[in-house]
Amino acid sequence: MAIPGWKRHDMTALPLKKLEAWRYTDLTPLAEINFSEAGLGVAPAALPDLGLPRAVFINGRYSHASTLPMPEFSPVHETGDLPLAQINAESAQAGLTIDVPDGVDAGAILLVSHASGEAPFAVHLRHRIHLGRGASLTIIDIAKGDGLYWHNPVMDIRLEAGAKLAHYRLQDESRAAFGLATIRAHIEAGAAYEHFSAIIGARLSRTEIHATLMGEEAAAHLNAVQLLNREQHGDFTTVVAHRAPCCASRQTVKSVLSGLARGVFQGRIEVDRIAQKTDGYQMSQALLLSEHAEMDIKPELKIYADDVKCSHGATIGALDEDQVFYLRSRGIPEAQARALLIRAFLDDALSAVRHVQARALFEAAIDTWWVSQ
Amino acid sequence: MLEIKNLHARIGDKEILKGVNLTVPDGEIHAIMGPNGAGKSTLSYVLSGRDGYEVTQGEVFYNSQDVLALAPEDRAAAGIFLAFQYPVELPGVGNANFLRTAVNAVRRKRGEAEMDAVAFLKVARAAIKNLSMKEDFLKRNVNVGFSGGEKKRNEMLQMALLQPGLAILDETDSGLDIDALKIVADGVNALRSARFAALVITHYQRLLDYIVPDVVHVLVGGRIIRSGSAALALELEAHGYTGLEAA
Repeated sequence: MAIPGWKRHDMTALPLKKLEAWRYTDLTPLAEINFSEAGLGVAPAALPDLGLPRAVFINGRYSHASTLPMPEFSPVHETGDLPLAQINAESAQAGLTIDVPDGVDAGAILLVSHASGEAPFAVHLRHRIHLGRGASLTIIDIAKGDGLYWHNPVMDIRLEAGAKLAHYRLQDESRAAFGLATIRAHIEAGAAYEHFSAIIGARLSRTEIHATLMGEEAAAHLNAVQLLNREQHGDFTTVVAHRAPCCASRQTVKSVLSGLARGVFQGRIEVDRIAQKTDGYQMSQALLLSEHAEMDIKPELKIYADDVKCSHGATIGALDEDQVFYLRSRGIPEAQARALLIRAFLDDALSAVRHVQARALFEAAIDTWWVSQ
Repeated sequence: MLEIKNLHARIGDKEILKGVNLTVPDGEIHAIMGPNGAGKSTLSYVLSGRDGYEVTQGEVFYNSQDVLALAPEDRAAAGIFLAFQYPVELPGVGNANFLRTAVNAVRRKRGEAEMDAVAFLKVARAAIKNLSMKEDFLKRNVNVGFSGGEKKRNEMLQMALLQPGLAILDETDSGLDIDALKIVADGVNALRSARFAALVITHYQRLLDYIVPDVVHVLVGGRIIRSGSAALALELEAHGYTGLEAA
């Protein structure tokens, strides 16, 4: 079955390393692959459930495994200048569309994107989330799959005044896959976007978030943990734009890298001239478990207002062997001691996840990652 | 019973222990005293299995087990407990979780049933009360923001919960803090029994006012050069180590 409107990707549209925003993430391996259209795919036997209403996309198509009604999909009019969003716009045929009316607390929903197939294929989902004034919603967003594919979702978020969106994302893509997610959040006065990503899967991934604080006292929390091993490459890139006074942004990013893994964090905070009383905080910490792992951290502050509080910090280190010895001297086996310390390292970022089910999902994913080491 | 036979150890190329011989029978408390650089801390770390120390000669047996062949965690399971002079802080690790993980790891290795959270809390609360500690100790991160005295109390709490047969107390240069000394002494004295032995390593005689040792050994230049009763400690306090080194 052919997807109507499907066409071969124009790989020359991919961003290249000579672009400053792509300096640390090289998409050449992606450009070299000839992607075909996605087959129908099969839903895995055990889809994540969590007992929540769910929207399930299998190989880019809305699945019967969903319990939420199939969202209407209107054509994409891409106006932004992000190359991956433009490629997505050319091919996207489906995605989650949610509109929460003013004042409604819509609870929590589960969004699952699953991909599997034989030949390399690409999936471009376009999700649109709109929360009316004072509305609230929690999205637990899980990306999984098997085999070699390119998942290139774009999520556009618009939060009207006073709206609250919590977005918890587990990127657990196939270890052979490319996972390039773009999230754009437009946040009006008093509204808050809380994001947490656990970046565990994919051969090469980038999670790029653009949060724009448009009205007074808007807030964005963009937290992440990256757990990468072997030859994985993971990139967490954020751009927080303070376009109004008295807004707050918080970022805590923790990376644990073993084997030949390479992690990237690029965090830009832009503070416009009118954005006085901005409160911005950014912290990126990496734990290297092998001599060959690499972490690149690029904090970038562009501040045009004069009455702001903006801080950033970065650390890169190894596990403290004195701490490991202390635990072992108390009878805790070495592997368990190291797991305990890594979990402790992640705690600052994880403790921001207050949603019980989301928290349990991430804890389980971290445990699984550690056991696979 | 702990038996140390002709123990030689070095860090890098530097030989620190040059043939230590020592026997600590169950039920006894032995003190090791000595000047700075004599090898006191090295001895405690070699006994507990810290990396970076190379044993070049000699043997250590605890209850007939070859201690040097055991990983640090297995030494703990065998009943050896090292009380750290400067316990590390573990940000992000809750004290209750840490203590229960340790107790259960040791119980597992000793072939005993693990304790669930409820049973453990009961035991931990009782131990905390015995040590005159506040209950919020369990909720805090391990040693993070603890005062020196609180850290010592936490060491003694771990010791009480792990129920070792042999405690090694590294108090090499903490002789000036009386409160800390009393905490350590209370912890050790509470465990005194026919099945418990302790090796107290200290630079100052003062600790031994609170933990009265059965035997005092003097470690100088990587060897034990004299052993005697508690009175030997007083003699050292009065005359120092210099005379002994010359001997």
